Amino acid sequence: MSPFDAAPTQSPTPGPTPSGSRPRQPTQPFRLAEGGLIDRDTLVRFHFDGRDFTGHPGDTLASALLANGVRLVGRSFKYHRPRGILSAGPEEPNALVELRTGPRREPNTRATTIELFDGLEASSQNRFPSLRHDLLSINGLLSPILTAGFYYKTFMWPAAFWEKLYEPIIRRAAGLGRAADEADPDHYEKATAFCDVLVVGAGPAGLAAALTAGRAGARVILCEDDAQPGGRLLAEQLSLDGRPARDWVRDALAELGAMPEVRVMSRTTVFGTYDGGTYGALEHVTDHLAATAPHLPRQVLWRIVARRCVLAAGAIERPVVFPGNDRPGIMLAGAVRTYINRFGVAPGRKAVVFANNDDAMRTVADLAKAGIAVAAVVDSRAAPSATSRDAARDAGARLIAGGQVTRAIGGRALTAVRIRDAAGREDIVPCDLLAMSGGWNPNVHLTTHHGGRPEYIASLCAFVPSVLPPGMGVAGMAAGVAGTAAALADGSRAGAEAATACGFATSPLSMPSVPAEPSGIEPLWHTLSAFGGAAGKAFVDFQNDVTAKDIGLARQEGFRAVEHLKRYTTLGMATDQGKTANVNALAIMAELTGRTIPETGTTLIRPPVQPIAIGALAGPHRGGHFKPARLTPTHDWATELGATFTAAGLWQRAQWFARPGDAGWQETVNREVTAVRTAVGICDVTTLGKIDIQGPDAAAFLERVYANAWKKLPVGRARYGLMLREDGFVFDDGTTARLGDTQYVMTTTTANAGPVMQHLEFCHQWLWPDYDVRMISVTDQWAQIAVAGPKSRDVLRQIVDTAYDLSNDAFPYMAAAEITICGGQKARLFRLSFSGELAYEIAVPARFGDALVRRLMQSGAPFGITPYGTEALGVLRIEKGHPAGPELNGQTTAHDLGMGRLLSTRKDFVGRAMAQRPALTDPARPTLVGLRPVAPHDVLPAGAHLLPKGSPATAASDQGWVSSAAWSPSVGSWIGLGLLSNGPARHGEIVCAHDPLGGRVVEVEIVPPVFVDPTGERLHA
Amino acid sequence: MRITCPCCGERGLDEFSYRGDATLSRPAGDPPLPGAGAEAWAEYVYLRDNPSGPHRELWYHGAGCRSWLVVTRNTRTHEILDTERAVNVVRATRKDAEA
Ligand SMILES: [Zn+2]
Repeated sequence: MSPFDAAPTQSPTPGPTPSGSRPRQPTQPFRLAEGGLIDRDTLVRFHFDGRDFTGHPGDTLASALLANGVRLVGRSFKYHRPRGILSAGPEEPNALVELRTGPRREPNTRATTIELFDGLEASSQNRFPSLRHDLLSINGLLSPILTAGFYYKTFMWPAAFWEKLYEPIIRRAAGLGRAADEADPDHYEKATAFCDVLVVGAGPAGLAAALTAGRAGARVILCEDDAQPGGRLLAEQLSLDGRPARDWVRDALAELGAMPEVRVMSRTTVFGTYDGGTYGALEHVTDHLAATAPHLPRQVLWRIVARRCVLAAGAIERPVVFPGNDRPGIMLAGAVRTYINRFGVAPGRKAVVFANNDDAMRTVADLAKAGIAVAAVVDSRAAPSATSRDAARDAGARLIAGGQVTRAIGGRALTAVRIRDAAGREDIVPCDLLAMSGGWNPNVHLTTHHGGRPEYIASLCAFVPSVLPPGMGVAGMAAGVAGTAAALADGSRAGAEAATACGFATSPLSMPSVPAEPSGIEPLWHTLSAFGGAAGKAFVDFQNDVTAKDIGLARQEGFRAVEHLKRYTTLGMATDQGKTANVNALAIMAELTGRTIPETGTTLIRPPVQPIAIGALAGPHRGGHFKPARLTPTHDWATELGATFTAAGLWQRAQWFARPGDAGWQETVNREVTAVRTAVGICDVTTLGKIDIQGPDAAAFLERVYANAWKKLPVGRARYGLMLREDGFVFDDGTTARLGDTQYVMTTTTANAGPVMQHLEFCHQWLWPDYDVRMISVTDQWAQIAVAGPKSRDVLRQIVDTAYDLSNDAFPYMAAAEITICGGQKARLFRLSFSGELAYEIAVPARFGDALVRRLMQSGAPFGITPYGTEALGVLRIEKGHPAGPELNGQTTAHDLGMGRLLSTRKDFVGRAMAQRPALTDPARPTLVGLRPVAPHDVLPAGAHLLPKGSPATAASDQGWVSSAAWSPSVGSWIGLGLLSNGPARHGEIVCAHDPLGGRVVEVEIVPPVFVDPTGERLHA
Repeated sequence: MRITCPCCGERGLDEFSYRGDATLSRPAGDPPLPGAGAEAWAEYVYLRDNPSGPHRELWYHGAGCRSWLVVTRNTRTHEILDTERAVNVVRATRKDAEA
């Protein structure tokens, strides 16, 4: 009985067909009556290009489409050729579809790896307006200009045409699928796993390796790309110990599942080999479900750290290059067996098998057994093997020994093939399926990520791994070991080797008996008599539409090196990385140039082995989770006050505290600045880095890391410190207070808290290890609040315990002390000022920060206490001429900032020698100045260039820049700081601030950088 | 890449940061008269070899014990051949110089 006579086991999609609409689809007319690892009792509905179909659980989209007789599934990248399904695995170059819709639309997914789920929606891509009638297939007629190198040659001139004309046309016509327009609604995770032995691939070799290592007690992770472990054991008619191979697989999986130290991860692709036994893997957790299950990620990006790895990734079958070899209905011979045996699908009704090897002859038998007519067996070998002869005879098929398929005939589907026999006679054989095989290419990808180039083995007609990454072994067909029995034995050997290397005692697996599997092969890459292409397009790289003619052209134009060939023709550069293309291309180039294949070389294959969505690489780190947020101890309090926050590195800091009635942020900031200048303000300065430094040599150590002197700083005093890099430029600044004989607390800028800590450890551990000193970051341990303004002492008096005298004599400018507040609470008080006013910074253990700010607000209310944010802080420091981030930009020297006199000449310190270089102290260097627009209300743009008045706006007349600028309510004018060549000598001069981005030129007067209280009286009040 | 910290054991690359050549030594600093030793300083600060093969270099275990390490790494393969605490390396070097 023919399988096509079989009635479907389930009734088709119910419902009458409305008259005049599309005809009702017969249900799965190509489904075989029996066989396959599918659940025939359950019907799964899916939607492809607007038509409804059914399949079964266990199907892929490709097998379900084939079961429904759909063979045209896409259009090719460049020429819009009709394309079908070539393979049954992840190497698929043709059957690329857009999966799902809306925000979950995913382009270029391979129909051969998409597990069918109920309600699946997919559409073909790269066609307009429809798949059957693709207007853009006219590209095929334009092929003379779309050949190899067309990007480089055709569209080079005139340049202006590129953007307006060529690019939009090419993008419209040539391309792959469309990415989703909306944000990805799913979430992705990242995870790390550790194991003794990582086994990649769960075919016979991988299962044997995992069993052997697992039984020895090793921690094993077995990763399988497919939903169902088993590899070719699921796809072949094969018995192990007289039972179906899939039973052996089931038993092996059951045993592995019962081992506590073994983890089997299906739907998991190991995509990269990295340093130190680290492997990248992508687990598809819910991609096979109709909807992402709640609380489950769609995919997990795994980092697997393995002491040893067994690569058992199998092999990929090679197509043969001949004109029309891309027609729908032409399929790899092994894939034909997979569709018949694993999915219970007939990929055609009348087949021709064309191969150069014995392995493909299994296809003849499987086709016949499935009831599919085999019109001819074309064996390219002059002397066909007994296997071929037996297979053809048993299938009742004509054997054409020493024959070749020279051309495929048909448009949207294969209708016949032209065959040339050994004597040169040609014949046309009608068929709708051509099963072809040029041999198998071991999956060497993971072995090449460390630069190891595979080695060509002539007897296999294939490349096998040679130099392996450290800790990796290869087993089975991935190593060129053909046949199930050999793969099982090789896998067991590799698993034992890996486990032994990890210190486990192993014993070999008892081997099941397997019937002989012949694998003889003779090379065959193409059936072309010339590479001119007169006979039609013979595809080498299906996904990128690279033909044999393109390779000929590359040779002609001198791109003979493999890497050049690749870049010139784009061969192997599509999302499939040329898995079905590269070796054929190499063989053709070898032939064209009269070299051997090893002489021609190979290209390196880089991670990832399979395409990976950006979402998976990003994992959960997107939006608000892109980086951690650090909150100050007063964050809740500031939030209650309605503060606007700004990011300072990872910190969220209050930018200003708007009050009802404030007309805008500028008014708010003006009010905050004025409060500090006339009454009192408070600002959280916890974000400044704080480093506790202790030890008998702490002072000596500070002498080394700061450019200025520290030895004479008494206990109870703080000092400004300037830190240089070893190249003499300014690194950071801050104040350091001496709290005890051997204890200092250093502050750093917010941005450099981490880098300064690292630098101090470097100085201590590497440059001056003899100093008896220790240090630790206490940034997070202390909440620190600036209390600034003429009434700050009055406010502090309310909370500082009475035992502590705050008078100017007892606690002068730059004093520092450990005190108690609020009746015994430990605190630190520093008389520091960034604003230039009488000011303090008070620190308490971080957990009391919130209480402190609320107490200060309460006690300060009678004095008009006003919270201020980073914006007012910036205005205050510009008014006082204090350099900050924009001035400490890594390119300025102490001299540039007007602090040259701080550099000690009596000691060694980091940066001393290089800071003395003449070029770094040249007065012509841009040096710190104050800037004041001639018209006070002219906005002074930060970043503007400073040019002499009247000079042309050219780089040659550029003399410096505006580094910081703000409206100063204290001065009643815009003011700024800048760096200007010979700056200090030019006070009083008028220059121009050019802001080409804003299209503004502002006349500014050069003034000293301190705008408020230049004599410092207020500081010392 | 995996680095074995002498204090913390084998850890992932992302816990460490790289500084560079550990074979350079800081020229004598006391007293650096203007211009003195300029060449030695320029070499120390700016000039780096680009060796192929084993290279002694400084790494910082910032997300671990905060140790500076001298890591011997093969620049061709990224194989980590040795790791030592930097402070021990300096002390040993000085002892050798004294002996
Ligand atoms: Zn460590």
